[in-house]
Amino acid sequence: MRILRYKIVKRIETPSTLERIALMVGAVIASILISSVLIIQVNINPFIAYYELFKGAWGSKLALSETLVRFIPLSFTGIAVALAFLGRFWNIGAEGQLYLGALFATVFGISFYGVSPFVLIPIMILAGFLGGSLAALIPAVLRSKYQVDEVVTTLLLNWIILFIVEAIIYGPWRNPVSAWPESPAISVTGELPRIWKGTRLHAGLIIALLVALIYFIIYTRSYWGFEVKLMGINPKAAYVQGMDVVRNLILVALISGGIAGIAGAVELMGIHFHLRENLSLGYGYTGIVVAMLGLLHPIGVVLAAFFMATIETGSQAMYRATGIPYPLAYVIEGVTLVFVLIAVFFMEYRLEKVEEER
Amino acid sequence: MGGEDYAVYMKGIVKRFPGVVANDHIDFKLGIGEIHALLGENGAGKTTLMNILYGLYSADSGEIYIYGKKVSIKTPKDAIKNGIGMVHQHFTLVPPFTVTENVILGYEGNKPVLNMAEARKRVSELIDRYGLGLDPDAKIWQLSVGEQQKVEILKILFREAKIIILDEPTAVLTPKETQSLFEFLRKMKAEGRSIIFISHKLHEVMEISDRITVLQKGRVVGTRNTKDTNEVELARMMVGREVIFTIKKEPSKALGRIIVEVRNLWVNSDRGLPAVKGVTFSIRKGEILGIAGVSGNGQRELAEALIGLRKVDKGNILIDGLDVTNKPPKDIVSLNVAYLPEDREELGYFKDESIRSNLCSKIRYSFLKKNFFLDFRMMNQYSDTLINEFDIITPSRFNLAKNLSGGNKQRLVLARELAIKPKFLIANQPTRGLDVGATEYIRKKLLEQRDDGVAILLISEDLDEVLMLSDRVMVFYEGEIMGIFKPEEVSLDDIGLMMAGVKRMEVSA
Repeated sequence: MRILRYKIVKRIETPSTLERIALMVGAVIASILISSVLIIQVNINPFIAYYELFKGAWGSKLALSETLVRFIPLSFTGIAVALAFLGRFWNIGAEGQLYLGALFATVFGISFYGVSPFVLIPIMILAGFLGGSLAALIPAVLRSKYQVDEVVTTLLLNWIILFIVEAIIYGPWRNPVSAWPESPAISVTGELPRIWKGTRLHAGLIIALLVALIYFIIYTRSYWGFEVKLMGINPKAAYVQGMDVVRNLILVALISGGIAGIAGAVELMGIHFHLRENLSLGYGYTGIVVAMLGLLHPIGVVLAAFFMATIETGSQAMYRATGIPYPLAYVIEGVTLVFVLIAVFFMEYRLEKVEEER
Repeated sequence: MGGEDYAVYMKGIVKRFPGVVANDHIDFKLGIGEIHALLGENGAGKTTLMNILYGLYSADSGEIYIYGKKVSIKTPKDAIKNGIGMVHQHFTLVPPFTVTENVILGYEGNKPVLNMAEARKRVSELIDRYGLGLDPDAKIWQLSVGEQQKVEILKILFREAKIIILDEPTAVLTPKETQSLFEFLRKMKAEGRSIIFISHKLHEVMEISDRITVLQKGRVVGTRNTKDTNEVELARMMVGREVIFTIKKEPSKALGRIIVEVRNLWVNSDRGLPAVKGVTFSIRKGEILGIAGVSGNGQRELAEALIGLRKVDKGNILIDGLDVTNKPPKDIVSLNVAYLPEDREELGYFKDESIRSNLCSKIRYSFLKKNFFLDFRMMNQYSDTLINEFDIITPSRFNLAKNLSGGNKQRLVLARELAIKPKFLIANQPTRGLDVGATEYIRKKLLEQRDDGVAILLISEDLDEVLMLSDRVMVFYEGEIMGIFKPEEVSLDDIGLMMAGVKRMEVSA
């Protein structure tokens, strides 16, 4: 009897860019198909469901603007995590860095009322960067000095920082006007201008794209990016070839944390205007998925952030139109990540037909 | 069909690996209740032979008899069923588990339910019987290496093994731990168990074994009763052979001033025990200084200390008159020091990067443009030149380094390191695992570099290679220099004695 079987073999050739893109697109399509099975389970036509989803994400001015509003923080945190992972600094702490960035920005936002936006906005963004950097600095130093695993420290710092923020907004900073557990409103001159009339889309989009562009340049063109990539692939080899890996690791952590901090500042200045405990809807964690999905590449990360924003925004509309529970969005995200990891696997391996006589 | 009087009789064992015959018609007999030492240099085929007996490899041909009965051993499970147990060089214990838990791990008794209390009782009986002084409830991570090794042996005894294989058991032990292991071995022997003891340390073999079989390059040189032989004869059997020179070496043309000076250097191993013990030597411009010696005698630690990867405990390293003791690699690399690491995969290159990036990584500073950017045009030119010059076979410079063959990877590392025009080159096992063509290429390149005036430290477990390429040779044994000499001045017998730690020589040079 002849049996047709497949065998997984290691690739000896390097897959072309086209092949890699095809694999990623395949992963996204496969995850949408798998998720369709769930939709069929609740007796709804998946085509209608996905139609509603994409209509709800892109189909109108409001829909598209809301997707972009969601895209902004995910793009920041995605790039923050991507840079960290590129240098093999496993930063799971973008969420905490985001909050500390927002906290630092709030300090200036509520104490410099009426200062010109041309001064206040840059100061608050910078404060956000510094706050995020500080949050990442502690794990980075612990890691390079004492080999403390940064996965644990960054993750636990998320909670510490969130509780500090809560302590402050439930206590000394509680909004005197509304008595809500939120900071007083930041100065109007610290608010980011709206860039699309009649929507919530704010200038944070420009900053996000600017940061993405900087990451693009670092990733593809810069000397430092080259060192970070080498260090990420093989830190020991980089060290023995004379690289200052401690300095690079701390720089990576500072910039990564800083970018996550900007996300917090921008959410504060573009959407919330008060420091709140629900400032982030898990953007720091979703950023990890975004970075992995984008394979740490700047263009990939931006596309992945947009994809995630689409799914998360569209699923709300889908829920309203069809009754499919919106947590399906998170199912799609999770399934997509699994398929992306499979796609990454097949960048190193491929299936080979084996014919066997039995 | 012979072999009834033996615990193990391996007959005509042949095992080929790509490019080498690891076991070439080996006959080996282990008597009942004897400690039998397998002696030989690295790569002599000792471990391969034992892995065949333990079912980790299968022999290409040959037969195995256990107590006179022909058996087929395909997996370690078969081996255990036949009463064979093996302790590997690297332990297979679970650190957070207790001694008892580790001992019974993987053991399939005849009852479906695990009786922990009974298991613990049996383990503590075993401990008492051999006077090991272990606590059956101690966690593995709390134990010293010597104690962990005893747990490994307990595991085997628990499975009632009659035949016990120990693969270089003393390599990780302190002298005191070694003595305590030997006591343990003698007790097991007194019970009629048969023990195979793999080693390359002559004095230990002389002390513990009843008989000794010496292997060399996959063949049996001979078997001796320990009481009828001596260290000199054994050393001769280990290394004595004609050295085949495939490369003709002229005296160095560029011999010059002293580049590297090492004074009374002490370096610790990973375990914190001294691995390099007060060595002093120097290397001149245009000279290859080779280190001969069985690996694990401090060569690796010396190389790592020289490049700045390992802390120096005492003593000094001077490169071109500059004291670089305990400087990080970046300071040492900036003096144009090149390094071919022993472990290519771990330290040699960046597997998920392109060949171009790999070739440019060491002198990346040269491609810095406007203080921020990378000069890709220069990188392309530079890497294409090196790909041509070093015959690196690849479809393009953009291919990932991990997709290269072993020989090409070493060419890549060599190209990267030599292209910096080094002053000093540390080559640790530069041809290990390479085929004949690549080996010869690398050796020629090393000689070429020497004639260009590079000071080279060559560390190799291939004695022929060391003798073939070096202008001077020093022999390492347990972290000490047993002698420094010109290769043509000393007989192979003497080198063998030095490698085995029997003889110390002061020769000119």
